[in-house]
Amino acid sequence: MSTHDVLVVGAGLAGMRAALEASRQGVNVTLLSKVQPLRSHSAAAQGGINAAVGEDDSWESHAFDTVKGSDYLADQDAVEVLCREAPGDIVELERMGTTFNRRDDERLATRPFGGAGFPRTCYVADITGQAILHVIWEQLQKGGVRPYEEWFCTSLIVDDGVCRGVVAMDMTTGELHAILAKATILATGGLGRVYQPTTNSIISTGDGTAMAYRAGAPLMDMEMVQYHPTTLKGSGVLITEGARGEGGYLLNSLGERFMHKYAPEKLELGPRDLISRSEWTEIEEGRGVNDCVLLDLRHLGEATIKERLGQIRELAQDLANVDPVHEPIPVRPGMHYEMGGLKTDIHGATPIQGLYAAGECACVSVHGSNRLGGNSLLDTVVFGRRSGRAAAEYARGQPAPAGISEAVVQKDTKAIQELLSRPQEGDRPAVLRRELGETMNANVGVFRTEEPLKEALAKVRELMKRYKRVWVQNKGKVFNTDLIQTLELGFMLDLAETMTLGALERKESRGAHSRRDFRERDDQNFLKHTVARHTPDGPKLEYAPVTITRWQPERRAY
Amino acid sequence: MTSGNGNQRFALFGGCDVPRKSTPELFMSAVAVCGKLGIEVEELKFAPCTGSGIVQSKDLRFADTLNASTLAMAEDLGMSLMVICSTCQGVLSQTNQRFRENPDYLAEVNKELEDLGLQYKGTTEVKHLMWVFLEHLGLDQLQKMVTRPLTGLKVAPFYGCYILRPSSALGFDEHPERRDSLERVIRAVGAEVVDFRGKNQCCGYPIVSDNEPNAWAMVGNHTMAAKDLGADVMVTPCPLCHMNLDGVQPQVAQARETRIGLPIIHLPQMVGLALGMQAWELGFDRHAVPIQRVLEKIGAS
Amino acid sequence: MRVNLKVRRLNPENGGEPRFQSYSIDAPESATILDSLLQVREEMDGSLALRCACRSAICGSCAMRINGQARLACKSKVVALAAREGDEITVEPMGNMPTIKDLVADMTPHWEKVRAVQPWLKPSGPEPEREYLVPNRTMLELAQPMGCIMCGACVSDCTVLEVDKTFLAPAALAKAYRFVGDPRDGAGGGRLNMLSGGSGIWDCTRCLMCVEVCPKGVDPLGQILKLRSRAIEAGLTDNLGARHTLEFEEQVRAASWLAG
Repeated sequence: MSTHDVLVVGAGLAGMRAALEASRQGVNVTLLSKVQPLRSHSAAAQGGINAAVGEDDSWESHAFDTVKGSDYLADQDAVEVLCREAPGDIVELERMGTTFNRRDDERLATRPFGGAGFPRTCYVADITGQAILHVIWEQLQKGGVRPYEEWFCTSLIVDDGVCRGVVAMDMTTGELHAILAKATILATGGLGRVYQPTTNSIISTGDGTAMAYRAGAPLMDMEMVQYHPTTLKGSGVLITEGARGEGGYLLNSLGERFMHKYAPEKLELGPRDLISRSEWTEIEEGRGVNDCVLLDLRHLGEATIKERLGQIRELAQDLANVDPVHEPIPVRPGMHYEMGGLKTDIHGATPIQGLYAAGECACVSVHGSNRLGGNSLLDTVVFGRRSGRAAAEYARGQPAPAGISEAVVQKDTKAIQELLSRPQEGDRPAVLRRELGETMNANVGVFRTEEPLKEALAKVRELMKRYKRVWVQNKGKVFNTDLIQTLELGFMLDLAETMTLGALERKESRGAHSRRDFRERDDQNFLKHTVARHTPDGPKLEYAPVTITRWQPERRAY
Repeated sequence: MTSGNGNQRFALFGGCDVPRKSTPELFMSAVAVCGKLGIEVEELKFAPCTGSGIVQSKDLRFADTLNASTLAMAEDLGMSLMVICSTCQGVLSQTNQRFRENPDYLAEVNKELEDLGLQYKGTTEVKHLMWVFLEHLGLDQLQKMVTRPLTGLKVAPFYGCYILRPSSALGFDEHPERRDSLERVIRAVGAEVVDFRGKNQCCGYPIVSDNEPNAWAMVGNHTMAAKDLGADVMVTPCPLCHMNLDGVQPQVAQARETRIGLPIIHLPQMVGLALGMQAWELGFDRHAVPIQRVLEKIGAS
Repeated sequence: MRVNLKVRRLNPENGGEPRFQSYSIDAPESATILDSLLQVREEMDGSLALRCACRSAICGSCAMRINGQARLACKSKVVALAAREGDEITVEPMGNMPTIKDLVADMTPHWEKVRAVQPWLKPSGPEPEREYLVPNRTMLELAQPMGCIMCGACVSDCTVLEVDKTFLAPAALAKAYRFVGDPRDGAGGGRLNMLSGGSGIWDCTRCLMCVEVCPKGVDPLGQILKLRSRAIEAGLTDNLGARHTLEFEEQVRAASWLAG
């Protein structure tokens, strides 16, 4: 068993930023990731990262836009932290070497983004996530932090109510080991693969969220799932909001900029939940083009597209056979982001001692029921840093974990052996995965209604039963992705149950959670967070208050 | 596309000192073969070295200006530019690509050419003799003119990097047959292609003075691989590749304490043999690795 | 449409000898090689090991040799690779690296070389009051090497690496230019000095293979040539490669009639 002061699980932006910060505090830090860090899904973020860096901008304005964007479900103390600390974090990223685009006066350039009252999205062409991810990785190379690379976590070790580390499998040998730490930070990202299609990577299966949930950590607002308005049909691959930030239009089959009807002021730059609902409505009412709407960038000109939207041009050409310089891109809403996650305070601490979380897997909550574009990259950096610092400070005051026996490893080893020795009578995991993804997309998507939600919940529970008999074809030890994907499926099913139940019980419409049978926002009964805790009989839901500091809920229109 | 494009004269860029001094047999056989095939050429006697990719790494602008002058000379004659070297093909095509993508850059370069009384408008097509066989003469026509088909001769192709990459500069989208042009010509003259992985890799010439062990390793690997697969001979459209694959082959063999002895011939030499020309007309005596057994095999000794 | 794949398998638990296995599936017209491999894995053979994540050519996981050339599997359309429907497409792990299993290559040598060029910004001079002020033009120029996703395709197919495993190889060298070309970096001299030594910028044979296989338009050779240019400017000419370049250039100038 190896022991560290701080263990960070997940080496995307939040994880690596946390590790960097913890190592600056002088403690022994390590990272663990099921992929090489640069393969993390942070690389796929395209459009930009928000900060009130402009002279005529203010962090308060950014905070208000974020709170309003969240449809007032975000905790305002957390939002204030996010927005106040943003400019400092962006400048630090620049100083580390990020090649942000510049204005004529050589200062950081910004572009407009959805739901923002001011252009405050800093960007590196349309590869912002990749650029920042690489810079943080470079800084870790400088510091010599070497991760457990291609190690897959199977469970958290929680002993006497305190988190002591994880049990993880070395993917190149198939052997399980306990990795002990005084403090553990989960930064395992999103869970997009619960849905099909999704913009998310194949590895976005909510591993850390589910492991912590099973170990007793509460999950918050899991029903708040963001559908991104511009994804490619079929593959679900993302086309950045930056395309609209640069001036792109959304058109229906009649060639109208239909957002005039739904967001007369902000048009294509309304918040994502509103745009996705508008597109869905246009498509449902027969004004779609092959179940899509059209993202028209032609008027931006080839030079602008080449300089600022080069990646998405290639994606459109490669995956949709369309050159946006000459033709509009057919797009439709696609599942993209989980606003909910592991409940943490503004220092990234979960209620379980020794366990922290940051990034998409966490819910502070800064995004409430809808996240603004550009705020996710910011979230990872700000709360990655804060949780890294908090975990390091906590670890300094702790003795090394003691008395953890090999039994924790044996438990998971046995479970895997059982899984591998099942008869070939049940389903293959791919079958369950597909049924799960299709059900969630159909019934727990942009628009939700009571009966379909109940059907989805029943379906998820049926899949969970069938999961107990799913069988793994590959019995090998080296790089057994068949086994790993099966374990990931288990995580996804647990999470899907909390997401569906939360949606069923929230009888109002707020942000991305839109009920056809409860069309209005109900602050009286539902200005509160959904909190789900694991029990052997399924998730138990409670509610927690929303922290309001400056902004009382108002009517939300764009 | 194997049919011809009608009568057309080509401005011939013979290359630098390499084809003139180090491999004169290439120039000689190229001109002779064109004569036999009725391809009319007019040599650009004053066109400068292309820079070979080397000058480009020190001063790209200067190299592009040199090449613009060559391209302008051909343009003034109203002819396409024929080259007999893969490296010339690649360098000139890349130059054309840069000018196409950035007309402002071409305008700046043209300012330098004013004193020479030249202006390049950007229209010159650059075609290696090998591509001229395919696209101007036509392989059907070539085949018709073969009097000594190289039946039974096993020929390993070695393209030379610059006539294959980058594909975006070399017109492969419009002319997909350029991708395997050398193999097509080998078959058209009746020989058998020996396919091997190294055919589109590097011969090592560019680093032969900077890193001899690596350059020699490349020569050794490619010649021995082809030989192990039964090749009688290797053919290349690039004199720089020839200089390495042929020129240092004996030393490489000695260093590896083995025999290689794979003759390396130029593209026009192979075609010339098939057109019935005599060995002495094609300059084989200049080669380091003797060609005798090949000539015997095809009855041309 | 019918898709026929010939995949190179290797199982370290089974002797570790490579062998080819053929798979035949029915896939949609728009299928990529990655789609096809995943379909094989889900429907036919769960033991097939490969790396993949984003399927949108940004994470760099799925680089492999397809029909002999390194590509991203998620960016490789079956219809572009099979001249006729049903033509067999060969799929192998990346070259110039050991294989862990099937299509999973051991990229350790590549990461070590990237680390060897010290790939982090080394600013010098007084700290600015906020962000460094740099012209947008320089940030745009760096967008090209910055666009490298470290997929390893260029390393896989580098012809120098095939004969000399000490060569730094295109990815690390392109990454080095990203810093040499960054006005905020103050360590250019030291970097160029290291890169001008053995196994560095002068060992590249300019074969353009890296340019051809790079899925992100990084033009690694272009970055290497920029490094050469800067090294010469910095006076680092005491090596065979630089001297050869300078001599050749002088010869060409002398023989031409162009002024300068």
